[in-house]
Amino acid sequence: MATILEAAGLRKRYGSVQAVDGVSLAIEEGTCLGILGPNGAGKTTTIEMMEGILAPDEGTVTFRGEPIGREFKRKVGIQFQTTALPEFITVRETLKLFSSFYPSPRPFDEVVDLCSLSDILDRDNRKLSGGQRQRMLLALAIAPRPDVVFLDEPTTGLDPQARRNFWDLVRGIQAEKTTVVLTTHYMDEAQTLCDEVAIMDRGRILERGNPSRLLARHFRGALVRIPRGCVDGDRVPGKLVADHLEIQSENLDKTMRELLAAGVNLEGLSIHKPDLEDLFIELTGSSLRN
Amino acid sequence: MKQFRTMVYARTMEFVRDRGTFFWNLLFPVLLVFGFSFAFSGEGQPLFKVGVLGSPPAALESPASFLAIEQGRFIVYGPEESREAVLDRLRRHELDMVLDPGSRSYYLNVQGRNASLLRRLAAADPGLREYVERTVTGAPIRYVDWLVPGVIGMNIMFSCLFGVGFVLVRYRKNGVLKRLKATPVSAAAFVTAQAVSRFLIVILTSVVVFAGTNAFLRFRMEGSWAALLAIAALGIVSMEALGLVFAARLRSEELVNGLMNLATLPMLALSGVFFSLEGSPDILKSVSRALPLTHAIGAARAVMLEGAGFGRIAPDLLFLGIFSAAALALASALFRWE
Repeated sequence: MATILEAAGLRKRYGSVQAVDGVSLAIEEGTCLGILGPNGAGKTTTIEMMEGILAPDEGTVTFRGEPIGREFKRKVGIQFQTTALPEFITVRETLKLFSSFYPSPRPFDEVVDLCSLSDILDRDNRKLSGGQRQRMLLALAIAPRPDVVFLDEPTTGLDPQARRNFWDLVRGIQAEKTTVVLTTHYMDEAQTLCDEVAIMDRGRILERGNPSRLLARHFRGALVRIPRGCVDGDRVPGKLVADHLEIQSENLDKTMRELLAAGVNLEGLSIHKPDLEDLFIELTGSSLRN
Repeated sequence: MKQFRTMVYARTMEFVRDRGTFFWNLLFPVLLVFGFSFAFSGEGQPLFKVGVLGSPPAALESPASFLAIEQGRFIVYGPEESREAVLDRLRRHELDMVLDPGSRSYYLNVQGRNASLLRRLAAADPGLREYVERTVTGAPIRYVDWLVPGVIGMNIMFSCLFGVGFVLVRYRKNGVLKRLKATPVSAAAFVTAQAVSRFLIVILTSVVVFAGTNAFLRFRMEGSWAALLAIAALGIVSMEALGLVFAARLRSEELVNGLMNLATLPMLALSGVFFSLEGSPDILKSVSRALPLTHAIGAARAVMLEGAGFGRIAPDLLFLGIFSAAALALASALFRWE
């Protein structure tokens, strides 16, 4: 597959804060890349430089091998983290307005269908709920029939149901072979939607790759967790993470027997399939959402 | 073109559906015009305004002269004012009497409210014994005839400055501009669409306000509607251009609000919206002449009250045109999406 978008050596500094510190990413056409990280990791700064909204201090962004410029703007759809919509204008009018900016936009009905907007078309932008608003912003992002769609924390602040609905919409766009770049601090979102993830902290990319392969590389089997109070001394192999002892286990049967043999109280034990959040903690030594 | 139409449509709808702002834009000037019309419908102040060509004769300063008493006010016109220009003021009832010591004559407007009283006083005045009475004619101009261009001009000023400038700053602050920056729309096209939308709204409300109040008050209209429309159009463009300068890169609504108030207050006071600057200090008159609103309102009054044609208002239109071009150039040099 061909590389559609490539960022090389991006750096951006705000005052004394190096927000992005040497980020390089290449995105294959038709795939979904997720940039993961806690708040303040530099995700938004990175994605905005890739969108061409923000000029990098250093580094380049190329689209199909060419530096991004005017032409690029016709080929991308963007959903910002926060966007005000013109007031007193309905969803229908806003969509038509944004479609009119592009040379060959997606047909109106198709956008409405893809983003499930039919029930709110005549509603004033000001009267949209959180989930409806995100659907509307997604519609604005895909209305140009873009080659690349950027979604910056698209489900932050949505309830679980609305998030799931939103994921379905994004899958619908992916099914059309549109390249998607999204930032999120929800690991489940990345795991569900992304072919590749790049884990970011303090302006740098710590690790990138396919979520399952990344997990396979860093973890073997399941994670067994025992509350710290139930474990006595160093009789059990494993490491202390926050308030519990964590044991990586490829063979649960064997691990359980060892724990019982060691006289560990199994009352508070939990078995957990490693996910991206565990990987993040593994990589940074800190929890994602603190 | 479709893109442009859609942008103009969206912005216009945004305004029209904001009922509060919309009706305020219509209602405020109408209320002002009617309010002033009633407030000043009675007899005016018992003040004689006497224009003097050249310096007043010393005889008039003697206590015996009726013109020396408190109720009279002299406005002395230097040699730069032609006699005809001063007499025109008498014809328009801006003056009650004109003294011309050079030709030893005084002029009265036969339709003037105070003409017969002034004639008797003049005849009895020892200082004017050798003066000849001459008369001019001209129907009186009500204050409201004089006021209506001022009120509409003021409405244009507020509506354009805040409607274009303030809204752009709000768009910048809340991220609408950032979202647009991510589209292929050029800043020039977007801003022009905003300005065109506001232009249509303002020219329409101006016509509605004028026609609506005119139906009841029957303003004096000596000149052509085309000239009046041309002045309104250029006045709107110049105010929008000024609004765009303010909005070019500011992000704070509070700051732009303050700056615009700073700009509108002197224009309200010095552009002759509510009262004439006739007879005020030269320095104020110079400042006044530098303000675009002065030229718009002045030209509109010349057309309505004196029947001025395009030839006479050309300098004002030229001023408005140059002002607009300069402000637009400055605004586009300063403009930032974010």
